[in-house]
Amino acid sequence: MTMTLETATIPKPSRLMLAALALGLIILAGFLAPLISPHDPDAVDLLNRAAPPVGLGGSWGHALGTDQIGRDILSRCLWGIRTSFGIATLGLVFSAVLGVTLGIISGLAGAWTDRIIMTVVDVFISLPNLLLMLCGIALLGTETWVLVVLIGFVKWEGYARLVRGQVLAIREQGYIEAARVLGARNLTIALRHVLPNLASPLAVILTLSFPGVLLMEAGLSFLGVGVQPPVASLGRMIDDGRNYLVNAWWISGMPSIVIVAITLLFQIIGDAIRDRVDEWLDA
Amino acid sequence: MLRFMSWRFLRAQVTMLFVLVVAFLTVRLSGEPFDTMFPEGLTQETAQALRHRWNLDLPIWEQFTLYLGKMLTGDFGRSLFTHEPVWQMYAERMPATLAVGSLALIIAISLGIPIGALSALRRGAVTERMLMGVAFLGYAVPHFVFGIGLILLFGYYLRLLPASGLSSPQHYILPVLTLAIPMVAGIARFMRAAMLDTIGQPYVMTAASKGLGNGRIARRHVLRNAMVPLVTVLGLEIAGLINGSVFVEAVFSLPGVGRVLVSSVENRDFTVLQFGVVAYAGLVVLINLVIDLLYTLIDPRVRVGG
Repeated sequence: MTMTLETATIPKPSRLMLAALALGLIILAGFLAPLISPHDPDAVDLLNRAAPPVGLGGSWGHALGTDQIGRDILSRCLWGIRTSFGIATLGLVFSAVLGVTLGIISGLAGAWTDRIIMTVVDVFISLPNLLLMLCGIALLGTETWVLVVLIGFVKWEGYARLVRGQVLAIREQGYIEAARVLGARNLTIALRHVLPNLASPLAVILTLSFPGVLLMEAGLSFLGVGVQPPVASLGRMIDDGRNYLVNAWWISGMPSIVIVAITLLFQIIGDAIRDRVDEWLDA
Repeated sequence: MLRFMSWRFLRAQVTMLFVLVVAFLTVRLSGEPFDTMFPEGLTQETAQALRHRWNLDLPIWEQFTLYLGKMLTGDFGRSLFTHEPVWQMYAERMPATLAVGSLALIIAISLGIPIGALSALRRGAVTERMLMGVAFLGYAVPHFVFGIGLILLFGYYLRLLPASGLSSPQHYILPVLTLAIPMVAGIARFMRAAMLDTIGQPYVMTAASKGLGNGRIARRHVLRNAMVPLVTVLGLEIAGLINGSVFVEAVFSLPGVGRVLVSSVENRDFTVLQFGVVAYAGLVVLINLVIDLLYTLIDPRVRVGG
């Protein structure tokens, strides 16, 4: 509704398509990292430390330069994208499963269960995610699965709220009544009749919350409490390069550019989706 | 209004209770602290004596009530590593965090509202497009990337500003900007949307048909009504600010509380983490309460309806 006029210079579909295409390429590059990355991301080359990227005196052998111990930055970026998207995707799927389950229970079950779940949702909304993540990491360590579980644990409340609202709306529909009359139980109703109706709003929330989750992983890795070496992670790479900013900005700079590009693309796609949803709600 | 506020109070209390339980469980589930404190190991008797001394041999419920009592009376324990009082560790670093955070908040509010309002009133102008472009960027770039960009530009390339520590007034500029600009962007974006929403309302058309001037309509009818939802967003922005300060302190090596919190996670220094979590969460809950209170003051509908 609000972005329609200012984005009018490029026709909207093509803007969305371009962003989606670019993002798709980045994700594909990350997915194919083991096949297409020019070097082993962990291969140390002490004779070729902090080599500049192409265009600043570097060679095509290390297109984005090398880091403080001679590892190829392009390869590490590709593997880092793979790590970030892997963790964010698994975490979001976990949070969606948790949130959808609790949302359906909350919507279909009685008043007391509903009230308890919604209170917990309120509590989770009002607490900063970072705090809960830090507690969990201190307790469980920094293995990758811990990050996935914790992301699921701090992000579920959005899904639970959405699903509960939808369930309450759907519950009044005639076909649910009909199913109930035919003797279907709550679980059958939830799985057969409610869940399929939730697919598109869920897809929207998943896309909108993706960059936030991606940045959470990158941020924790940057602080040194996320993904641990030797696993390549964009956040960790930025942190590694901080001490070399004066002489070799690209060590931090390249992964930073990758992160910004990804979040910007998501932002463009998210805005376009929001416009569509608004139009759809208006219609 | 009374019902609205007492409901909010209840919710804040439930949230704090949850936080206290999580903090308590984090420490208890982490096992006994002796492994971290005495890496060389302990005899059976000493361990037993220590357990008794710290009440670790009591049932978990009694431990929890003891812990609640201590938290409420201001006894937060000592660090497992340095044996410094936890309270002191945070208090020493509070001024840096508060100074940078409040400066950023002031800048964000005093820039974000006019930028958003102006770009809504001058739709389609080149300046509007540029402003919203910058706001868009500021919204998508995380604090730690933004901070490093500023360090590169102003610290190393232009050599204008110092890039780490807080030893002089100039040192504040980069961290405060890093924290403020994403907030400016967020507030401007929201303000713009709220203004556009308000402009479309029938009462604005009524005001125009009465023959009021554009400036007066903008100030009296549009701006004032657009500010109401902004209060809610401010609450979210402040929570984001607290989040962001942890990263900004890491980027600029500031002596702030965020550093204590993060290093307590790295060292698994659970008493320090426990207090940090309770204090941070308490602050966020308190801010939310204040925002709710402000909301009732600004919006008469909440005051009357409740």
